[in-house]
Amino acid sequence: MDMNRRQFFKACTAGVGGSSLALLGFSPQAVLAETRNFKLARTTETRNTCPYCSVGCGIIMHSLGDKAKNARSEIIHIEGDADHPVNRGTLCPKGAGLIDFIHSPNRLKYPEYRAAGSSEWKRISWEDAFDRIAKLMKADRDANFIEKNAAGVTVNRWLSTGMLAASASSNESGYITHKTIRSMGMLVFDNQARV
Amino acid sequence: MTNHWVDIKNADVVLIMGGNAAEAHPCGFKWVTEAKAHNKAKLVVVDPRFTRSAAMADFYAPIRVGTDIAFLGGVINYLLSNDKIQKEYVKNYTNAAFLISDDYACADGLFSGYNPDKRNYDNTSWGYQKDKDGFAKIDETLENPRCVYQIIKQHYSRYTPEMVNKICGTPKDAFVKVCEYIATTSVPDRVMTIMYALGWTQHSQGTQMIRTGAMLQLLLGNMGLPGGGMNALRGHSNIQGLTDLGLLSNLLPGYMSLPGEKESNYEDYIKARALKPLRPNQMSYWQNYPKFHVSFMKAWWGNAATKENNWAFDYLPKLDKGYDVLQAFELMSQGKINGYICQGFNPLASFPNKAKIGGALAKLKFLVIIDPLATETSEFWKNFGVYNDVDPAKCQTEVFRLPSTCFAEEDGSLTNSGRWLQWHWKGAEPPGEARGDPEIIAGIFTRIRAMYAKDGGKFPDPIVNLTWPYKIPSSPSPEELAMEYNGKALADVTSPPDPKNPKEPPKVLAAAGQQLAGFAQLRDDGSTSCGCWIYSGAWTAAGNQMARRDNSDPFGVGQTLNWAWAWPANRRILYNRAAADPSGKSWNPRRKYITWNGKSWGGADVPDIRPDAAPEEGVNPFIMTAEGVAKLFVPAGLVDGPLPEHYEPFESPVPTNLMSPNNPKAFANPAARVFKGDMEAFGKPKDFPYAATTYRLTEHFHYWTKHSELNAISQPQQFVEIGEDLAAEKGIAHGSKVKVKSNRGEITTVAVVTKRLKALDCNGTKVHTVGIPIHWGFKGVAQKGYLANTLTPFVGDANTQTPEFKAFIVNIEKA
Repeated sequence: MDMNRRQFFKACTAGVGGSSLALLGFSPQAVLAETRNFKLARTTETRNTCPYCSVGCGIIMHSLGDKAKNARSEIIHIEGDADHPVNRGTLCPKGAGLIDFIHSPNRLKYPEYRAAGSSEWKRISWEDAFDRIAKLMKADRDANFIEKNAAGVTVNRWLSTGMLAASASSNESGYITHKTIRSMGMLVFDNQARV
Repeated sequence: MTNHWVDIKNADVVLIMGGNAAEAHPCGFKWVTEAKAHNKAKLVVVDPRFTRSAAMADFYAPIRVGTDIAFLGGVINYLLSNDKIQKEYVKNYTNAAFLISDDYACADGLFSGYNPDKRNYDNTSWGYQKDKDGFAKIDETLENPRCVYQIIKQHYSRYTPEMVNKICGTPKDAFVKVCEYIATTSVPDRVMTIMYALGWTQHSQGTQMIRTGAMLQLLLGNMGLPGGGMNALRGHSNIQGLTDLGLLSNLLPGYMSLPGEKESNYEDYIKARALKPLRPNQMSYWQNYPKFHVSFMKAWWGNAATKENNWAFDYLPKLDKGYDVLQAFELMSQGKINGYICQGFNPLASFPNKAKIGGALAKLKFLVIIDPLATETSEFWKNFGVYNDVDPAKCQTEVFRLPSTCFAEEDGSLTNSGRWLQWHWKGAEPPGEARGDPEIIAGIFTRIRAMYAKDGGKFPDPIVNLTWPYKIPSSPSPEELAMEYNGKALADVTSPPDPKNPKEPPKVLAAAGQQLAGFAQLRDDGSTSCGCWIYSGAWTAAGNQMARRDNSDPFGVGQTLNWAWAWPANRRILYNRAAADPSGKSWNPRRKYITWNGKSWGGADVPDIRPDAAPEEGVNPFIMTAEGVAKLFVPAGLVDGPLPEHYEPFESPVPTNLMSPNNPKAFANPAARVFKGDMEAFGKPKDFPYAATTYRLTEHFHYWTKHSELNAISQPQQFVEIGEDLAAEKGIAHGSKVKVKSNRGEITTVAVVTKRLKALDCNGTKVHTVGIPIHWGFKGVAQKGYLANTLTPFVGDANTQTPEFKAFIVNIEKA
C-alpha cells in the first residue's frame, strides 16, 4: 500500500483509531518510515533539447498528466538528460531556468491586432488574422512584384515585403517557411545567422 | 563546427579567441575541462576581458577589441619564421604550392584591383597561373616567389611581435608565450582546436578574422583531425539548421545559392556552381550541383519543374544585390519596404542603432509578429519612457501579433553547432490559442495561394504550383516535412553501369516512392526529389535517424555515431581524410581515426573521401574545393581580399592603422559597405575616447531569458563593466550610476568596476574598454533597461554584413 505521511495521519483520524491500524492490513512502522513521495515518480517524461544556445543539450521534461485525452499536460520540472553525450545530465544557468520560459507571464496566448496610430492591442481570431495578413501580402506583391529588370531580363522578385525567420525554430518550421516565402519571390529574407 | 563538442576532449591545446565558451556555452565548455583533466591539454584564451574562460586558462593574453587579424597574422609570422609548421600537411593538403598570377599585389593595405569610388575589388589578378589543360600550376619545392607559401611569408613578415604589441596592446612577452603554446601543435601528433563565436563574426572584417584562424590550423596540420578543427560555437539552438536550410537572402537549401540577374540563364547558373577540378584526380564535389539542384526544384515544384522549363528556373527570384538585414533596414528607413514579418526574431534589439531600426519599423504599412513571447519589436510603437520614447499616435504601422508554440510544445529537430540533427518531442499543450510555426505559415500561405488560384495576380505560377502534399493542408506535420527535405525516389533509382561488368542489369537502389538513403542517390534527370541535399539521410527508409539515442562510443574518441544524425552523411568530423598522411597512415599512431586499409578507407567515423580512392590516386582531402586542397590564399569568393589584412574597426580609439599608416583608405575595411548617413554617424575618438564591446552573461540568453523569472532573479539589473584605472580617472565608484554615450545614443545604467578589464598601451594611446552586456530591454520580468544597440554602429562585415557589435567607441560619465 502506498501512503504518504499526510494520508497516514488522515487515515489515523478517520474514526478508525490508532489501535486499529493492524486492521488496515499493514504495519504502522513501515508507513512511518516512508518519506514524502518523490513527485517526479508520477510524471510523464518527454525528451527534448534546450532551445537556447547551440550546444544542443538534451533535457528531460517532466509533466503532470499521462497524455490521456482528458488530461491537460503541464510541465512541472526540467532537468538535463544524463544519457546525452554532450551535456551528460548537466544544464547551465540559462537552461536551468527553462521551466520559467515555458510558464513566462509574457507568453502570448491569442492573436492580437494594433491598428495604425492606436496605443493598444485588440484580440482577434486566427481566421481574421490570416485573412487580413494574406490580403495585405497579396496586394503588396501584386503592386510591386518585378517580373523583368531594366535590361528586360526575367527576375521575378518581390522586394517590398521582407521576413526574418527564427533560428530557434525547428528544421521543419524553417523548411516550410523557406519553401512558402521563396515561392512568392521574396528576397528580403534572413535569420539570426546574419547577426 | 568542423568537429563537434565532445571531440574537444581530444585536443592537446585549446585556443579560445573571439568567444567565451565557459559563460556562453557552459555545457559544451565541459569538454575543454575534460581535455585539460584527461588529455593534459593546455587552454589559451585571448580576449579583451578576463572572462570566465580566461579564469580556467593555463595562459591568458589581453587584446584590444577588433585587432584579432593583427594578432593572428603575428602568430602566422612566428610559425613561418621559426619553422613551426606541419610541412607535409601544408605541402600536400593546402594550396601553398599553387602559383598566383604575376599581377597580384598587396601594397599599403590594398590588394590589386581596388576601385576606391565603388569601394570594391576586381579579383581577376588574384587567380592561379594555369597550364594548357586549365589546371592550376604548382611548385612542390615551395620556392617559386609566386607560390602561395612565399606570398604568405612575405605578407605576414610585417606582422612582427613589436607590431602586434603596438596594434593590439598585448604585451610582447604574452604574445610570444601564446605563439609558443600554439606552435607545440605543429608536430604531427599534437593537435589544437580553435573555439570562436560572435567575438570573431561581429566585426567589419569578421570573415577574414575567422580565415586567419583557419590558416593557422592549416599551417599546423590541425584540420580534419580529432581534437582539431575550426569550431564556430554559434548562437541560437538552430542557427546551424536555418543556415543549412538556406533561410538567408541569397541562399537556397544546402548552401546552394540564388541566381544573380546577370546569370539569368540556367546553363550559366549551373556552370558557375558545378566547379570543374583545378587539379587532376580531384573530386570537386560541387560538380554534383545539378543533382542537388534539380532534386530540390522537384521537391518544391514537382511536375511543374521539367527538363523543358529548366526545372522551373524562372520560379527562382534573381538577385540584383544583397538583401541582408542591414540593407533591409536601410530600405525600410527610406520607406521602400511596406510589409515585414518577424518570426521569433526581435530586430529592435538585435540590429545596430536602435533609433534607426525603430524609425524604419514606423515606416512600414504592416508588421507581422510570430513569437511565443511579447518582444520589444512587437511593441516598438508603444511609449516606455526613456527606454522607448515614441508617440503611438504618430506610428501608422498596423501590427499583427500571432502567438506561437515554444520548444516544449512541438515535435521536430534542431541542428546543434556540431551539425547534429536531434529530434525532440512535445511535452505539453501551448498556452491559450498559440499554434506551431508550420501551422501559422500554412495558414497564411494557403490563403494567398487560394486567392492567386481564384483571382490571379502577378506571376502566380510558383505559388499555385508549389507542392503541398500534406495530409492536413492547413497544418503540415514535422514528420512529413522532415521526410520531404530528406528526399525520395520519384522513379526507380538504379546503380550506374559497372565498367567491369557492363552486361549486368543495373540494381535498384531506391524504388519509386521510397525515401532515399543519402545524397549519393540524387539524380539530375528529375527522378529524385530532395528539399535539402545535405540533410539527405536524416529520414531514410529505415525511419527517423535524428531520433536515434544510442550513446555508445566504441572507439573511445567521443564519436557516438548512433546518437542522432549529423550532416553530411552522419560524418562527425569534416575533411577527416586529412587525419591520415598522404600514404593513408594516421599522422598520430596513438590516435587512429580514418586510415586506408589497403582496400578502402575506414575507422572511427564516416570517411570524407570516396571510400575506394587509393592513396596513390592522389585524391586530396578537401573534396568540396575545386583544388582538392584547402585554400590558404583565396583567389575568388571573398570581396575584401585573398589574404586577411589588419584593418581598424570603423570606430576605433586609435588614430592610425599601423599596417598602412599613410593610406587613409585602408584605415578600416576598404571593401565594407557603408550607407550614406551611416558614415557620418560614426564617432571620433576626441568625443568618444573609449573602446567598447558587447557580450552575453552566463545567466542570460540574448533578450529572451529576461522573460523567465529564474534568469531574471539571477541577473536582474542592467550594468556596464569598466576597469579600475578608468573608474579612478573618471571618479566613478563601483555600483554608481553612469551615462554611456556613442554617436547614436546614450544609456544610463550602473557601473561595475572590475579587474577583468585593463587599460592597454597601443603605440602610446592608452586604450580603456567599456564592456556592455546586452540582455535588458523594456519588456520582460527583469528590471527594465536600455537596449544595448542604442549605442552600436550600423556597419557590417564586408562579406556577410554581420554587424560590428564587438568594436566601437563610447564616452562614459558619472550620471
